[in-house]
Amino acid sequence: MKRYSAFAVAREALRNHMGWERAWASPEPRKKYDVIIVGAGGHGLATAYYLGKNFGITNVAVLEKGWLGGGNTGRNTTIIRSNYLQDASAAIYEKSRSLYETLSQDLNYNIMYSPRGVMMLAQTQHEVRGYERTAHANALQGVTTEFISPSRVKELVPIINLEGPRYPVLGALWQARAGTARHDAVAWGYARACSAMGMDIIQKCEVTGISREGGRVTGVSTNRGDIACDKLGIVVAGHSGHLADMGGFRLPIESVALQALVSEPIKPCMDVVVMANTVHGYMSQSDKGEMVIGGGADGYNNFTQRGSFHHIEETVRALVETFPMISRLKMLRQWGGIVDMTGDRSPILSKTPVEGVFINCGWGTGGFKAIPGSGWGFAELMAKGHSPLTAEFGLERFREGRFIDESVAAGVAH
Amino acid sequence: MSTRLANGGRLLNKARTLEFTFNGKRFKGVEGDTLASALLANDQMLVGRSFKYHRPRGIVSSGAEEPNALVGLGEDARFEPNQRVTTTELFDGLTCASQNHWPSLEFDIGAINAKLSRFLPAGFYYKTFMFPRPFWKHVYEPIIRQSAGLGRAPRDRDQDSYEHFYAFFDVVVIGGGVAGLQAAKAAGDAGAKVLLMEQTPHWGGRAPVDGGTVDGQPVDKFVDGIVSVLETMENVTLRRRMMGAGVYDHGYLLGYERVNDHRPDASGPRHRLWRIRAGQIVTATGAIERPICFSGNDVPGVMLASAVRDYAVDYGVSIGDRTVVVTNNDDAYRTAITLKKLGLEIPAIVDTRASGGGALAGEAIELGIRVENGKGIARVKGKKRVEAVEICVQAGEGAALEEIRCDAVAMSGGWSPIVHLWSHCGGKLLWDEEKAMFRPDVDNAPTGADGQGFVRCAGAAEGHLDLADVLNGADAAGKAAAQATGHTPKRSKVPVADNPKEAGIEPVWLMPQGAGVKLRMKAWLDYQNDVKVSDVQLAAREGFESVEHAKRYTTLGMATDQGKLSNINGLAILSDALGQPIPQTGTTTFRPPYTPISLASIAGEARNETFQPLRKTPMHRWHAENGAYWEPVGAWRRPYCFPKPGESIEDAVQREVKATRDSLGLLDASTLGKIIVKGPDAGRFLDMLYTNMMSTLKPGRCRYGLMCNENGFLMDDGVVARLDEETFLCHTTTGGAESIHAHMEEWLQTEWWDWKVYTANVTEQFAQVAVVGPKARKVLEKLTDDDISAEALSFMGWTDVTFGTIRARVFRISFSGELSYEIAVRASHGRAFWDMILKAGAEFDVTPYGTEALHIMRAEKGFIMIGDETDGTVIPQDLGLDWAISKKKDDYLGKRAQERRHMSDPTRWKLVGLETLDGATLPDGAYATAQGNNANGQRNVQGRVTSTYHSPTLGRGIAMGLVLNGPDRMGEVLEFPKVDGTVMRAKIVEPVFYDKDGEKQNV
Amino acid sequence: MLILTCPCCGVTAEETEFHGGGEAHIKRHGPGSSDDEFHGYLFEKVNPKGVHFERWRHANGCGKWFHAARCTVTLEVFGTYSAQTTEPPQDIKDRISARRPGWSWREFA
Repeated sequence: MKRYSAFAVAREALRNHMGWERAWASPEPRKKYDVIIVGAGGHGLATAYYLGKNFGITNVAVLEKGWLGGGNTGRNTTIIRSNYLQDASAAIYEKSRSLYETLSQDLNYNIMYSPRGVMMLAQTQHEVRGYERTAHANALQGVTTEFISPSRVKELVPIINLEGPRYPVLGALWQARAGTARHDAVAWGYARACSAMGMDIIQKCEVTGISREGGRVTGVSTNRGDIACDKLGIVVAGHSGHLADMGGFRLPIESVALQALVSEPIKPCMDVVVMANTVHGYMSQSDKGEMVIGGGADGYNNFTQRGSFHHIEETVRALVETFPMISRLKMLRQWGGIVDMTGDRSPILSKTPVEGVFINCGWGTGGFKAIPGSGWGFAELMAKGHSPLTAEFGLERFREGRFIDESVAAGVAH
Repeated sequence: MSTRLANGGRLLNKARTLEFTFNGKRFKGVEGDTLASALLANDQMLVGRSFKYHRPRGIVSSGAEEPNALVGLGEDARFEPNQRVTTTELFDGLTCASQNHWPSLEFDIGAINAKLSRFLPAGFYYKTFMFPRPFWKHVYEPIIRQSAGLGRAPRDRDQDSYEHFYAFFDVVVIGGGVAGLQAAKAAGDAGAKVLLMEQTPHWGGRAPVDGGTVDGQPVDKFVDGIVSVLETMENVTLRRRMMGAGVYDHGYLLGYERVNDHRPDASGPRHRLWRIRAGQIVTATGAIERPICFSGNDVPGVMLASAVRDYAVDYGVSIGDRTVVVTNNDDAYRTAITLKKLGLEIPAIVDTRASGGGALAGEAIELGIRVENGKGIARVKGKKRVEAVEICVQAGEGAALEEIRCDAVAMSGGWSPIVHLWSHCGGKLLWDEEKAMFRPDVDNAPTGADGQGFVRCAGAAEGHLDLADVLNGADAAGKAAAQATGHTPKRSKVPVADNPKEAGIEPVWLMPQGAGVKLRMKAWLDYQNDVKVSDVQLAAREGFESVEHAKRYTTLGMATDQGKLSNINGLAILSDALGQPIPQTGTTTFRPPYTPISLASIAGEARNETFQPLRKTPMHRWHAENGAYWEPVGAWRRPYCFPKPGESIEDAVQREVKATRDSLGLLDASTLGKIIVKGPDAGRFLDMLYTNMMSTLKPGRCRYGLMCNENGFLMDDGVVARLDEETFLCHTTTGGAESIHAHMEEWLQTEWWDWKVYTANVTEQFAQVAVVGPKARKVLEKLTDDDISAEALSFMGWTDVTFGTIRARVFRISFSGELSYEIAVRASHGRAFWDMILKAGAEFDVTPYGTEALHIMRAEKGFIMIGDETDGTVIPQDLGLDWAISKKKDDYLGKRAQERRHMSDPTRWKLVGLETLDGATLPDGAYATAQGNNANGQRNVQGRVTSTYHSPTLGRGIAMGLVLNGPDRMGEVLEFPKVDGTVMRAKIVEPVFYDKDGEKQNV
Repeated sequence: MLILTCPCCGVTAEETEFHGGGEAHIKRHGPGSSDDEFHGYLFEKVNPKGVHFERWRHANGCGKWFHAARCTVTLEVFGTYSAQTTEPPQDIKDRISARRPGWSWREFA
């Protein structure tokens, strides 16, 4: 792999950029691999990368039905934060956030991690108490957050309207080292690094069956032939149920459409990410200048990657109220992605009833921020059979009633 | 230079002059101008700078596809960035400014990027800016952000208003060109209810500019005629300045009407967002002309051939005196002929087709225009304005045959149907090799609720470029749409069009075909984002082979025009680079909206006070008038406390608690949920809903109950009163009223539908007042002759009482530990009753209190609060509420769940009281630490604070919390680190701090 | 934006009038059931790419629950029917068979 640098760009410029090599190879599938990862999204590629980097397992294929990074990795609002309440969540998201901090250097690919800070507004007394609790929990989890006053909120986000007639801003949970990154680059950077380690990333390769012998996986069938493997990782987000079906087991998952939109680009006016959960909306400004806005999820099973427009209305309404100056900006583009929601809205990183088959899914609305941490933990689970990062996220937790519920701050009002 | 012609301008009213300013310079236009035509009439060709290289940018189109000419429009509260001048109607007093440059449009420091463009190819930022690490946040990113972004951010709150509008039609036709008009007429004639919308202020589309005849008359006349017929049809609604923004599932369609953009001083909304349900949608949205990729095709003065023609015919504006036309199809000849007839010079028509054009070419030659077949443009000369072009052989590598002086270039690479609306909801596309275009695959239309297609196309949007084909297809589409919605089309004749026959197009994706890298690095695909042919080729070389990869890597098509001009050329270049046919490469996804729509129009009327409806209790106004400090609770707003003038919030709360405990307090409890459950099986039903046994409750008595969800977690609590043998009244939390009622209905309707039970949510039918404190009975006795003595109405009983003329239901229940009555009166009597108690209570110093005093008093008594002690992960067993879980019942919702391993785990944290050693108040949400760290390096914990207050009654901090093995560890001291790192120590105690034996409430 | 017809009040209305309630025809397992049965009842979902039987409530209308048969890929609605039943009515099954030849669900094919 030729290293990327300003020097390399200058060198190539002098030969009109004719000398750049492929970012990742495009090989034909081999007969057998030690490990096959299904799904070349961020999570799948990160898993492969850490299998190689941390455990020296490089005889790996990553199979992708479409194009790499083409699912939710390239459809999200790119927020990275780790101010979670429950220990298990905070651990994996904080691992992830800390890996993001150095990921550009690790991968030699600028994924543009921008630690600009994320704030979650408290607009009811109940939210104030919830975020104060989170701040206490975070302090013990090694996650740096603080509960800040309305005047500090205004200082960080001058365009905010603190005195909305309906929901005044009472404070916010602030994580200064949270931020955003360039989503596509995360997939591309991992893909390039995996390819450089000799792994095969095979696009347009759809898995159609999972072969088993005596309760143990032996390989997969694909539209490009049968491929044998010792271990199989399923990392396919919204299509997890479909793959689980092939393995003969079921998941506690329902797939729904989650929407987002961007405005036309404008000059910098907001330096941090703001999430307003009471009114349901969140917004940040991309480096290109677009206001990136996250919307709501539909209340019905849906595989169309489209959503219902009233969710867009609700979100925009909330944000126009919170940031009145965006009123005359224009919506440039809206889109949807399919997210898989588990019974407790927390992910599943787990062994499965089929020996040698592992599943990583159920990230719901929060997958992008978890990519490096998820890959790190899932690779450890696949390599060693156990990882402290994934220990709490097993499939059996639903059977045992041991949930990881992050929605607790949104409990009922009195 | 561009200028206004003496003749022409069919859309203008030259009698009325309008003044406007651009970058502070005063200009004149005329009524009917767009901002674009007015700027061009004033020779303002340079209007902006591109995104990445800050290259000079001129107007390139005459419509919604414009990528370059974006301005900041208006000022202050009416400032709007990134407004397209081509779709902005000129009005008197308009002010605008160009964007993305510093210090000025003519001299832009950022243009240094253009000099360095060789070092800034597609995706260069992924390969650089990585070292040193902190520089990304502190140096590189701020610079990139500042130089990107186009328009400046508005600062002020928008002064205009916006509205939403619901509409229902059988057939909606989008696009008011000849195709749309004919389709609307055909559908309307069949009796369908039709809406026809047109995004511009004018009917007829571009056909009147393009010439030809319909039924023997000029197209203008045909348009006027058909519009006047449509205007008389009652079943047809016509709307101009309204764009079809997006097509969504099941025939949902967004219409974006710019009501007052062109007359900012008029009253009424600025934009109106139509939420339309259409039985059938006909997209007659036309086509967009493609640029041609040659070196220097972005120099101001290079324009789409159709746009050059539009400005001349519609607005009487010439782009230059000498216009070179470059084309691969016949249509551009119309531009040459039009200009020539207006007396302008056409030095040459450069046609890439070796065999040349058809009838129109003949006409051009007859007019004496020089036509060069098989040729192309090697490069454009000029920086801020076209000065000349070099002609070359299209089949070659770009060796200049000749330099032609000119000040404008009109280019046409062919036409692409506007398939956006067809595609939004899943309509598929076909590649038409002959016409070199993606057009709708009519066999794969978007499908609706019934599984049948609900979108059709008409005219150029369907791929027809010949006027006769357009009208025939549109007539058929209109009729078919009417038929699909249950109407019978009339057998009517389609207007007969006559138009010169055209020779076929020969696709040209790169000019010349063998252009070397130097030329390709100056051949622009995406003008706004500065994506060149060489960038897409680089992406392909680096393995970004999917069209989505190439788009995202190069940013092709991601600008504000969303690739309307660039996408097809870009994917043709990509296909070529990959050596595969265009259809195999495919297109990127078309997403709404068609062109950007204002966020304000999406928000609609919901702003300020109307953002969300506010629920108000009958006593709301009294609270407001008496200084309530509000707290939002669900859709309600409840008084947090009633601070007196000069009093702090904290002091007010403490005062309210003391006054209540000492004498008499008053709480507006109207927001509590009240649900009637009635029927022969009501008791059986409530036994399933509550963990307690409710069927054994006697009429006249009340019981506190807990409700769990089927997953075992505590979701609500409240007092249930049995009104009679078959009727219960269930109180819920404020937030739970609707959800608990819905929960009841869900189980009744979907699981136990044969049980005879009815429910009714009567929350808003009653006002409820809690009369609390040692003087509570005294004050009530002043107001009624009914017997409410301790014997007649004992604790946890209820009875009907009449206070003067007000009939009430009095529940003797207590959430404060004091002698307490909760009194329900009809909502219409609420305020009168409240006033009555206030008056009668004056002698007892009656004190209205808010939610915070309520919280403190319940905490002093160790009563749990849903949302504080519970958070969706807590089961009743955690809270020491085992007494409220019936052991006799076989089943209740949540029972089976609570048998699971983790829920019966003895190490679950349990409720206790917490007392700090120094009397201070523990912080909300603090955790009790345990020894050591867990496997992830996080500090181990053994409990947490769920409620914490300073108790005015006890004069110290009190708290409740959930603690590992808590009830077995009374007296142990736990450590609670604060966020500042200091540690508070608190002792585990019983959770009841006040009146442990309940003597006060039971008097 | 779906349109659904409430079989209880007969109104055909916008999605915003309704509230989705997830998979239909799930048998409740209470006390006495095995861990597998209870887990299956509460958490395991079919989540098909295709025909889905699901529950809806006409929340901002008549308030009644009903069932819908809908395709999660095309969003085609094959019909709505009473929630007071343990399996889809025959006419709905017939319509699905006609539109999706070879489709099967539980014992019904």
